[in-house]
Amino acid sequence: MRVLVVEDDRETAQFLQRSLRESGHAADIAGDGETGLAMARDDKYDVLIVDRMLPRRDGLSVVQTLRGEGAHTPVLILSALGEVDDRVKGLRAGGDDYLTKPYAYSELLARVEALARRPAPEEQTTRYTVGDLALDRLSHKVTRGGEPILLQPREFRLLEYLMRHAGQVVTRTMLLENVWDYHFDPQTNVIDVHISRLRSKIDKGFAKPLLHTVRGAGYMIRDGSE
Amino acid sequence: MTALSRLLSSFPFRVTLAYMGVFVLAAVLIVSFIAWRANELLTTKVIETLSAEVVGLREQFQTGGPARLRAVVAERAAEPGSALYLLVDDTGRKVAGNLNAIPQALSTPGKGDVFSYTRTFEGNGGARRLAVGVPVAVPGGYTLVVGRDIEDQRQFADTMWQVALWSVGLLSLLGIGAGLLISRIVLTRIDTVSEASRKIMAGDLTRRIPLAGSGDELDRLSESLNAMLGRIEELMAALREVSDNIAHDLKTPLTRLRNRAEAALRSQDDSASYRDGLSKTIEEADELIRTFNSLLLIARLEAGAVAETMTPVDPAAVIADVAELYEPVAEQAGLHLEVSTCEGLQIIANRELVSQAVANLVDNAIKYSTGSKGTQLAVRIGLDRAGETVEITVADSGPGIAPNDRPRALQRFVRLEKSRSQPGSGLGLSLVAAVARLHGGSIRLEDNAPGLKAVLVLPAAAVKTQAEPLATATAS
Repeated sequence: MRVLVVEDDRETAQFLQRSLRESGHAADIAGDGETGLAMARDDKYDVLIVDRMLPRRDGLSVVQTLRGEGAHTPVLILSALGEVDDRVKGLRAGGDDYLTKPYAYSELLARVEALARRPAPEEQTTRYTVGDLALDRLSHKVTRGGEPILLQPREFRLLEYLMRHAGQVVTRTMLLENVWDYHFDPQTNVIDVHISRLRSKIDKGFAKPLLHTVRGAGYMIRDGSE
Repeated sequence: MTALSRLLSSFPFRVTLAYMGVFVLAAVLIVSFIAWRANELLTTKVIETLSAEVVGLREQFQTGGPARLRAVVAERAAEPGSALYLLVDDTGRKVAGNLNAIPQALSTPGKGDVFSYTRTFEGNGGARRLAVGVPVAVPGGYTLVVGRDIEDQRQFADTMWQVALWSVGLLSLLGIGAGLLISRIVLTRIDTVSEASRKIMAGDLTRRIPLAGSGDELDRLSESLNAMLGRIEELMAALREVSDNIAHDLKTPLTRLRNRAEAALRSQDDSASYRDGLSKTIEEADELIRTFNSLLLIARLEAGAVAETMTPVDPAAVIADVAELYEPVAEQAGLHLEVSTCEGLQIIANRELVSQAVANLVDNAIKYSTGSKGTQLAVRIGLDRAGETVEITVADSGPGIAPNDRPRALQRFVRLEKSRSQPGSGLGLSLVAAVARLHGGSIRLEDNAPGLKAVLVLPAAAVKTQAEPLATATAS
């Protein structure tokens, strides 16, 4: 996947470029808003990482201009401003995700990969399967090896989110934002406990676990044989 | 700037000057008008008198002919005083009287006017004097001029003018003097205020502006400034306290972070200890970031910067969501999470912030309940309506907080001794307090006997739905 990093701080930009390359992605750097906009117009990038405060043209304006020109490339906005209204402004400008500085690289990578592989609305299926685990979004039924599994509504949404991003790392913050719609830090490891509950329902008694913990990053649902 | 030029450019002085200018102009206009009117009136009066005399002289002519008129004119002209006469024949030759020729201004018979003439008979060297006269045609080609000297009247008017000018001059001088005096008094008082302000700016925040004690507008201004200074001093003190606390609570983890990095760097071993050192460093950094974020959020909330994101929120839903989030953690800690809410309540709030506040309370309750082992411990989350407010209660049966410690527990960074061992930034409750304040509410800490009962009080909003009887009662 090709990523464009629009970030004026050289060190941050180079750190991201190096890290993304290590993760197996191609990454280019634009040092200001105008350059970033010009490079993004080439349309060869799968994801744009745009800092909010940039010289020559600010990040939100870059995203707005691109969206105005009809570009659909997913955008992750990076910002030191992390309040509720800042996030709303960022998403309203056309950003697809918003990450507050300082962030863990694993968090950024997980979000970038989630954005890059986000299915277009028309491609969204009503049924997800990972190995012998199946989730039906319409009938709200979950089965593993054909056996029905009973889930609480929230557990269903949790599993649904994980399965939509099957094979990708999903961080605790992403879960909190997308499953619970909270953008604050609940201090205690609440998500871990929810996950272990879900795990006991879908993996317990099966030889091959599907819900994996990715150390230092988050969780991933994956069929081991893939 | 010199003292005088400061005085001259002062506001009260300029006001006095402008006021005086207007006053003098008005005075001059009024005096001029009165003088002009008086003069005109007097002249008219004199002409009337003269016309009456002309009638008398004409009678003399009718009874005694030209000779009699000449004799009477000569006789009256010879009398000392201000009366003026002239009788000329048809050739323009002077027949009798004390004027030498018909003045230019009186060339039209019957029309009286002011004229000047040279007086010769009193031996004053022929000074030109002012007079009023009426010329009349007398049968037989004679022209008779009867006049009155008004030079004395004119001199009186001149004197009056001089008096008026002197008065205006004197008034102006007095006005300037008064202006200077007022300016000086006001300037002195304003200088006192400026001086005090300068000293305060120089760093002496405890100083106040001295009051004159008269209770006038300058005193009132000083009082307002003093009140403002009091508030600033309070805020500065609070800020200092916060920075002290930040210094204390951020320096400790920063030192730990640095030590760990240094220890990892010093170790002679394999990369495993490096890895361990680095991952611990990242953990410490994350903890620092978390504390920092909370601090920033509290600061933002206290500045009231998120008011525009308020929407109607159902507190029962907020509680249900938070309880649902924490239920597994509570269960894992061997706690029972009891939720009792009531329907149909609404608050105008930022859902995210209120959720975070409730989450913080529940988090605390779970954290402190686990400390004391007992049979079937419970954390209770309740929702009630109390008058115009909505009360969200989170109660635990942990160690609680002693009554005298409760106000302190709401302050930033305060971690009561018992809780030092627990993880956390000490910002949880103060964040709740900040959220409450932002929504126009408050937080109460009470005894749950045993344990702590935290009550988040938020103003209730009128619910618009018709189905709720409670709502229709309060919708007005």
